Amino acid sequence: MRVQIRYFASLREKRAVSEESRETKSATPEELYRELQEAFGLPLPWACLRVAVNGEFAEGGRLLQDGDEVTFIPPVAGG
Amino acid sequence: MFQITAEPLESLSPPGGQSHVGGIVEFIGLVRDLNEGREVSLLEYEVYEALAVKEGERILTEAGAKFPIEAAWCVHRVGRLEIGDLAIRVRVAAGHRAEAFDACRFIVDEVKSRVPIWKKEHYRDGDSGWIGVEEPRA
Repeated sequence: MRVQIRYFASLREKRAVSEESRETKSATPEELYRELQEAFGLPLPWACLRVAVNGEFAEGGRLLQDGDEVTFIPPVAGG
Repeated sequence: MFQITAEPLESLSPPGGQSHVGGIVEFIGLVRDLNEGREVSLLEYEVYEALAVKEGERILTEAGAKFPIEAAWCVHRVGRLEIGDLAIRVRVAAGHRAEAFDACRFIVDEVKSRVPIWKKEHYRDGDSGWIGVEEPRA
């Protein structure tokens, strides 16, 4: 399956792109993040992230589908 | 109404008042030159805009359900900000002051902890870093 991945803040800087399309066998956002961590050395532990799928917050264990847009959300710091 | 903008916040006009409003509280957050003992020279805010606006609107709706208020408005600036620039404005109109203060504080706290906006601090010593990365999600 092919998914679109968006990166922000420290993840975007480490990956050096703000989005990419990727072929993956990972079934869930959590598995996908671990795959990306291994591939690119992403700096943040899974436990501190939230995730959005197709523009809405989602559980890390949600089953991904071909064409999904997955966004990993580092700890926020607005205000 | 929840807004994200790259423009200065000083010149923005909040939505107009209503006749049953007895008090308005506005919180204004500014860029400070010191954070945890380090001298800050400028800030960069980054946003996931589509989700930030959705989550911000949800927070304003929650404030309206939780407190008896007439109107709530929040705008957050993004991009590069200098010391003294306005980063966020939260304005609540209510019949009475107590709920206006309470709702305003609720909105500021929720926006800081939930809306996908990130802050990178640049320090006078040349170093820089994203804020909040060491804190695991509760």
